[in-house]
Amino acid sequence: MLETIGVGSLEELFDRQIPEALRLRRALALPAGLGEQDVYEHLRALAARNTSAEDELSFLGAGMYDHYVPALIDMLTERSEFLTPYTPYQPEISQGGLQVMFEYQTAISELTALPVANASVYEGPSAVAAAAYLAKLHDGRRRIVASAGLHPHSLQTLRTCAHGFDMEVVEVPVRDGVTDADAWAQAIAAGARQTSAAILAQPNFYGAVEDAAALSDIAKASADAAPVVIAQVDPITLGVLAPPGECGVDVAVGEGQPLGNRLDFGGPSFGLFAAREEYLRRMPGRIAGETVDVDGRRGFVLTLQTREQHIRREKATSNICTSQALNALAGVVYLTWLGRRGIVELGELLLARTHYARERLAALPGVEKLHEQPVVREFAVRIDGDVAQVRRRCALHGVNPGVDAHALSGRAEDQGVLLVALTERRTRADIDRLVEVLGAAVAAEREAVPA
Amino acid sequence: MSYGTQTPLQRESARTIFQKGAPGRRAFVCPERDVPDVDLGELLPERLRRSQPPRLPEVSEPEIVRHYVGISKRNFDLDSGFYPLGSCTMKHNPRLHERAAALPGHSRLHPLQDPERAQGALELMWRLQGALAEISGLPHVSLQPSAGSHGELAGVLLTRAFHEDRGQARHKVLTPDTAHGTNPATVTMAGLEVVKVETNADGGIDLEDLRAKADADVACLMLTNPNTLGLFDPNIAEIAEIVHGAGATLYYDGANLNAVMGLSRPGDMGFDIVHFNLHKSFTQPHGGGGPGSGPIAVSERIAPYLPLPLVVRREDASFDLDHGQGLAGSKSIGRLRGFHGNYGCFVRAYAYICSLGADGLKDASETAVLNANYLLARLQQHELGNGRRAADYLPLAYGRLCMHEFVLSGAPMKRELQLKTLDLAKRLLDFGFHPPTVYFPLLVDEALMVEPTETETRETLDAFADAIAAILAEAAEDPRIAQGAPYTTPVRRLDEVAAAKRPVIREALD
Repeated sequence: MLETIGVGSLEELFDRQIPEALRLRRALALPAGLGEQDVYEHLRALAARNTSAEDELSFLGAGMYDHYVPALIDMLTERSEFLTPYTPYQPEISQGGLQVMFEYQTAISELTALPVANASVYEGPSAVAAAAYLAKLHDGRRRIVASAGLHPHSLQTLRTCAHGFDMEVVEVPVRDGVTDADAWAQAIAAGARQTSAAILAQPNFYGAVEDAAALSDIAKASADAAPVVIAQVDPITLGVLAPPGECGVDVAVGEGQPLGNRLDFGGPSFGLFAAREEYLRRMPGRIAGETVDVDGRRGFVLTLQTREQHIRREKATSNICTSQALNALAGVVYLTWLGRRGIVELGELLLARTHYARERLAALPGVEKLHEQPVVREFAVRIDGDVAQVRRRCALHGVNPGVDAHALSGRAEDQGVLLVALTERRTRADIDRLVEVLGAAVAAEREAVPA
Repeated sequence: MSYGTQTPLQRESARTIFQKGAPGRRAFVCPERDVPDVDLGELLPERLRRSQPPRLPEVSEPEIVRHYVGISKRNFDLDSGFYPLGSCTMKHNPRLHERAAALPGHSRLHPLQDPERAQGALELMWRLQGALAEISGLPHVSLQPSAGSHGELAGVLLTRAFHEDRGQARHKVLTPDTAHGTNPATVTMAGLEVVKVETNADGGIDLEDLRAKADADVACLMLTNPNTLGLFDPNIAEIAEIVHGAGATLYYDGANLNAVMGLSRPGDMGFDIVHFNLHKSFTQPHGGGGPGSGPIAVSERIAPYLPLPLVVRREDASFDLDHGQGLAGSKSIGRLRGFHGNYGCFVRAYAYICSLGADGLKDASETAVLNANYLLARLQQHELGNGRRAADYLPLAYGRLCMHEFVLSGAPMKRELQLKTLDLAKRLLDFGFHPPTVYFPLLVDEALMVEPTETETRETLDAFADAIAAILAEAAEDPRIAQGAPYTTPVRRLDEVAAAKRPVIREALD
């Protein structure tokens, strides 16, 4: 091979291209390579030092949830044809992936009741920021009004990105578990025609179902000309909750993980992104569209690419380069597997079990509901005692009772708040066990700390 | 013109899952509602409820499997054939990584699990941070960004924070005209302004132009090295001096890191910020376009602004998430996404680094460069049988040697054979190859960007060179064949203009 190239040695190939002063003349300070079996054992040993949802009775949620992932998803996502290609730059040999995107877009559009969806973005919180950027491109204004009911990671991501967008974020407090409607109205109206986006979460960080239609109405009726109303939704709840498209919402985004994706310690997953038609040409990300080939055969291509970075460069609607194709595949297969009736049945199951768990827990001494709002799959309770200590006591019994809200949000008012999440994997018996263990832990904690 | 007969896949017409099934058909069996009966209407008032179920498909499990396995066959993939897509590093994806990532201890680990009960995951992340720091020659790493483009956004926001902290409102970012499109797009999203720097006759940065533009308003120069022409810029030390002299930072787009692992380090070249594409250099399967992962490594002076949390090792040798009490302090740009980044990708990248080790990584880059140069030489020297050589039609755009990829210009081919780069690419599909990246970088007329990677055999490279030569020879006889290609693929050339003019982006349902 060297002879064909016309160099005397491999070394010469680099000597002629990289200045000597920039050559690394030592070995990288990394361990020597290992055979497959040894690497596997090492990674297995690391995995064994994690307590996964397989190892304890877990009620952790707050953004990602331990749903059952059907076996056919593993089978399909492991297929070479889906796993190993790249972005479908050559549509003639990428019809499989492009059709998956088209079907995924259809499913997300149906779920959200919004006419257009892209082929997915990175994940939930960054999708919120991407939606705010869309609003800025749409109306050129600089103000984002965001409910404190958004997940803390969404709010933090929004703030980080808003600095780059040259936008400011105004946070609207939560009252009785939901967005304070008066404060929401005032924040949106403040300063004539300055509010670009108004963002809510459905359900919110505290598990509460917001009156999204009322919040949209307030935003649209504002003296300020209507901002783009954005909702961060949990897609698994949309079998039972009124979809954003029927609540006056303009752009729906959300974390797609509950739809057939693994927890994976937080990623990769996908962010769903759907909108009303008028925002189509300002959407970020890949979009698959239908067309025909020269023989008139139906086919799919990446479309509306003049929005995108590889064509428009600094004038692009986003810098995003790919979708989360494999995760979105898992998402659309999951929705197909659930089907039209399954998504409703699953939502109703979650509704019933979550109600049961909430009532049982709230009946415990030292535990009360944080709010009385409707909930679907997660709820918040206030504990009389240190949440971290209570959680530690529960862990000794193999129960993870949920997320310490204060540890996540840092808000003083979240001290003592525990977020408890349900999936279809948590049965009544599991809930009863949670009640028993958490009840004992709270009692022990109250005894240990004199009032 | 038509060429050949219909292939079996062409005889199947595309029908989506929404066009299949029948009312009542299903796969999912809902777990029993084992809690006391309640009136769901009471739990969720009507105005908050969905009135009509979403019109999702109604299909059985066998139908789902047949459908998706069927359409999967309409994809070309890396496991089936050569995929020399420039700047994308389509190297082999070891299946060990999939098995390791699927272990429940990794895949069913909740991101909000207490750090003391996620020690294995945090240790893996900490070790990966260390390895990336060593490979890049920059001491501090954040694994958080979700993709290369996201790493770029982190990098430009870091640069902004760095300057703002010094009371400077520098608003320009320099990018060469060879830059990936994500670079300028990112600059705009970070609220700064793009200024282009010219490329010199050797394919590197034009130093004169850089000097003229590197003023007190410049925040950063974003560079890929080797650049998108596959050339290592020999003036990089001087470039760094100019940029740093102007008080700006130097950003390294890690898309082409596969050329220099263990051979040369961005940190030693003078870069302040680097993003990695774990899915490229560290062989994450590309998934049909995601997921990826885009960690960043930075110099000491940028470290205080890194996104949080960071993974740290405590004095007692335990691992933890640092939310800002330690190193990064309160100057962090904040969070860029939910949780800790794409951990599933970290597992795979870490497995890759463990498999290859120090020598293996260097060997991978050396072989990638060797393969690229061999393929380049083969293509340039190929006799076409009509007294011409492939190089007459597809000359190398710049330089003589290359790093891990090279860029040919199809301009002579277009002029002399009436064959556009697009035609060549489409004809390659009939030969069973994924075409190289086409029409990028923009400064090369009819560009063809080829990155073979280190995991291809000499036989594959030879076969690819032969295919290109065969297409050129064929075109010299009759260019219409390639102009009408492809013929054997599930669909033939698609009408992209019509798709964009009247966008149909979802299935219409009754």
